[in-house]
Amino acid sequence: TMPLKTVPSRYKVDEPLTSREDVTTYNNFYEFGADKADPSQNSGKFKPRPWTITVDGLVGKPQTFDVDKLIADIPIEERIYRMRCVEAWSMVIPWNGFPLKALLDKVEPLGSAKYVAFETVVRPEEMPGQSGYFQPMPWPYVEGLRLDEAMHPLTILAVGLYGETLPNQNGAPIRLVVPWKYGFKGIKSIVRVSLVETQPPNSWNSLQGSEYGFYANVNPEVDHPRWSQATERRIGESGFFGSGRRPTLMFNGYADEVASLYAGMDLRANY
Amino acid sequence: MAAARSALVDGLTGWGIYVVGFVPAVASFWLGATGGLGADPVRAFEQTLGLWALRFLILTLAITPLRQLAGINLLRFRRALGLLAFWYAAMHFTVYLTLDRGLLWDTILPDIARRPFITLGFSAFVLLIPLAVTSNRLSIRRLGKNWRRLHWLIYVAVALAAVHYLLATKVVDPGQAAHVGLIVLLLGYRLMRPLLPRRRPA
Repeated sequence: TMPLKTVPSRYKVDEPLTSREDVTTYNNFYEFGADKADPSQNSGKFKPRPWTITVDGLVGKPQTFDVDKLIADIPIEERIYRMRCVEAWSMVIPWNGFPLKALLDKVEPLGSAKYVAFETVVRPEEMPGQSGYFQPMPWPYVEGLRLDEAMHPLTILAVGLYGETLPNQNGAPIRLVVPWKYGFKGIKSIVRVSLVETQPPNSWNSLQGSEYGFYANVNPEVDHPRWSQATERRIGESGFFGSGRRPTLMFNGYADEVASLYAGMDLRANY
Repeated sequence: MAAARSALVDGLTGWGIYVVGFVPAVASFWLGATGGLGADPVRAFEQTLGLWALRFLILTLAITPLRQLAGINLLRFRRALGLLAFWYAAMHFTVYLTLDRGLLWDTILPDIARRPFITLGFSAFVLLIPLAVTSNRLSIRRLGKNWRRLHWLIYVAVALAAVHYLLATKVVDPGQAAHVGLIVLLLGYRLMRPLLPRRRPA
């Protein structure tokens, strides 16, 4: 990883940061294996540079961007966000990135665009989880957001953490971070972003629709069918003894900023 | 004389199984308490205990087919293996209640009651309790034929535990497939046994 030049932002939670060690060794990134330690151990061969990201679909100016040019062009902010995994653990991570809106504005979305679809790279030769007999899901990993969610100032494309470019296991060189949604919405190593008219598929929803919805908003009142979402364990907090369990906050604590996006919607039906 | 020596050896081996059997729990606890279990040590410790409960159940169920198919008689160790399975299940459940869920009963009890994943694991543990309690000579003598019938509960317990284990992750991994595959084989053997040609007891 290389150091990044960043500017501060007003979006930061005032809670102790999860250590860089934990943020970079405890990951869900099935392209490198299903175990939490797999991504940090198995991603050494992955080449995140040079890298381009194509933005197309219902836009006035479809373009392919070089990630390092984007980093040079757009101010990289430090955003300290809570990260809540659907598995009921959480972290506080100092991301470095820019609003997704800054990228979407460059391609001029058409009025007919209602959703944004994302796609992860497929490189079985560099990503051991994508090759071999045992593959947990079809590739590429895909995700989606409603356009207003994508344009929200909290939604960023992260290119770094802790002031350096993203380690491979965290989704190098560019990944989505939507802090009020469960972590699996944060698609990693993105190669394509497409503006579309209808709700795009998302990998976990396709795999197990009854457990993982399209919206995946953090919600302590809507449980996962197999476990409660009312509480979470903050990684690294209090260690082995003292469970570090804390109540999960509505929209992961970002209700003031995002609740209006879902006004009038039944959040039990749209989980 | 030879019989007495053999009993002594078996007795020592029996205790040896307990001592060796608790090594994974002690090692994992030590690692957890000293920061050696990674970013989420509670989860790792809890999962290690659950996995070894399942492994000792598998070993317990393997004793009979080993004797009937391979002629290897390890019957004298079955009680120790079964009790180890029980103690690991008890530790797994205790860690779930304490280190993991922090004894927050208002969230634990609804989870046990309503969430199939947790209900199944809890049921498997509860079924092991009467088996552990009656795993002594006195109970065998007192219960007579009913002792065998009672201990058929292990088949139900291991089946519930296997489903609980499969439900613990978002996708099934090779380790899970291997453990559950063994359980399916061992339970399948019991179902098929009446159809197999009968061996005369040695």
